[in-house]
Amino acid sequence: MSEILSYLLEGVQILLLLSAAPVFTGWVRTVRCWLQGRTTAGIFQPYRDLTKLFYKDIVLAENASWIFRFTPYLVFGAAVLAGAIIPILSVDLPLSTTADVIALVALFAMARFFTALAGMDVGTAFGGMGSSREMTIASLAEPAMLMAVFTVSLVSKSTSLSQMVQVIGHGQLILRPSLAFALLAFVLITLAETGRVPVDNPVTHLELTMIHEGMILEYSGRHLALIEWAGMMKLFLFAVLGIASFFPWGIAEAGNLITLPMALLFLMTKLGLAGAGLVLIETGLAKMRLFRVPEFLGSAFLFATLGMLSYFMLE
Amino acid sequence: MPINFAAQLNSVLAALILLTAFGLLAQRRIYGLLHLFAWQGLFLSISTAVVGYAAGQRHLYISSILTLALKVIVLPYILHVLIIRLGIHKEIETLVNIPATMLMGIALVIFSYHLTSPIRELSTLVTRSTIAIALATVMLGLLMMITRKHAVTQIIGFLAMENGLFFAATSATYGMPLVVELGVALDILIAAFIFGIFFFHIRTTFDSLDVEQMARLKEED
Repeated sequence: MSEILSYLLEGVQILLLLSAAPVFTGWVRTVRCWLQGRTTAGIFQPYRDLTKLFYKDIVLAENASWIFRFTPYLVFGAAVLAGAIIPILSVDLPLSTTADVIALVALFAMARFFTALAGMDVGTAFGGMGSSREMTIASLAEPAMLMAVFTVSLVSKSTSLSQMVQVIGHGQLILRPSLAFALLAFVLITLAETGRVPVDNPVTHLELTMIHEGMILEYSGRHLALIEWAGMMKLFLFAVLGIASFFPWGIAEAGNLITLPMALLFLMTKLGLAGAGLVLIETGLAKMRLFRVPEFLGSAFLFATLGMLSYFMLE
Repeated sequence: MPINFAAQLNSVLAALILLTAFGLLAQRRIYGLLHLFAWQGLFLSISTAVVGYAAGQRHLYISSILTLALKVIVLPYILHVLIIRLGIHKEIETLVNIPATMLMGIALVIFSYHLTSPIRELSTLVTRSTIAIALATVMLGLLMMITRKHAVTQIIGFLAMENGLFFAATSATYGMPLVVELGVALDILIAAFIFGIFFFHIRTTFDSLDVEQMARLKEED
């Protein structure tokens, strides 16, 4: 009985991921509009964009290979699978035992690898440029990401996300400098990985600065819709991963269905705050030169390492 | 405030002191350095007060207030006045490869952790876990003095080193005797004035505060 229930929960969580990711992106855009004094398009605008793209025809380059056609589905699938591992609403996830947090980082890396391949596949200049930049950033962001994740794993003595949530969320409240450092590193990495302002700008197609947009410039129709949707899910997943690792209070325990509505409420509040925080960072900072990005990610690596060291030294 | 919580708070403050030490290594602007130095002094002062509370040592409160007055207000003010008087317009300093310096800094932190781990095993004080951080702060100050070229930044590195020493004294033995601490505070104050005089001398002789210029003392072209 309880097994069926946990599979059901898993399904509910994936549905939540698919439906809430565009809303979260819409919320981030709305808050940004408020801060800049512009009229908003509403938090459901990403849905309309996606529907429009799904109805459009695909324009495919003549020399596009199977990688180009296959990548959108793979990227989308990786995002959905990642959402099945991270405890969003409840820690009682059957798939959570199959993959730990290191596998999660690898999932994101695989999606990025194929996006970069697809960017180079058609052979346009912008695709290649975007791919090379993306891989430069990824090679610096991934070690920092793993370091930050390892710090949380050290504190909770497990790499399984469900276990981490249970240990940190239900242990006694201790001031932990290691987690504070890891959180700082995680925020910097999130900005880099999801292509937000100090590293990349998700709203422009300015030739010289685009990174992620450069890679997907040749996509159209439902391919583009899938990639955009996966991008929204990635932002949502990073927010949820941050919540699960650093602020897990309120996520429902195993076999406890009554707390689910409360968990949903907690999640919405935390996501709302996370989105507002993201917008504050984005409007407060200017996009930096590409050659400053290594320094930015270097400091993320430094924070993550300091977090790990301070776990050994201070706790 | 229970002792356990005080120890945790002290750990957090130690982490912040370490963070400001790394910030000093990476910061390019002179005014940014001054701010970071003042923050480090503030964290040090709070940490001293917390240790004083946890250990029940009254005299640490006095050192805490002394730190607050000297390292958060007086020294940054003196340096600020010096920077204005010297007319350092070019306040941005070009640095040698920040990421490499950071990696060296991390290596120094690990080294000082390794060095102090026997003391940590032996000590029974509440603050035993912060000794490694204190030593690391001293080493990072030293690293800053080595990697920077500008005289004013080297002095800030020196003062950061002194912060580390003070922190080490607090965490290893609950602070030095008050007389010693007063003496050190006075020394630092005098040192700041002497630095000021030296800055002016260096500038009139070399037309710059870049200490690399001093390598050209020889009379060759």
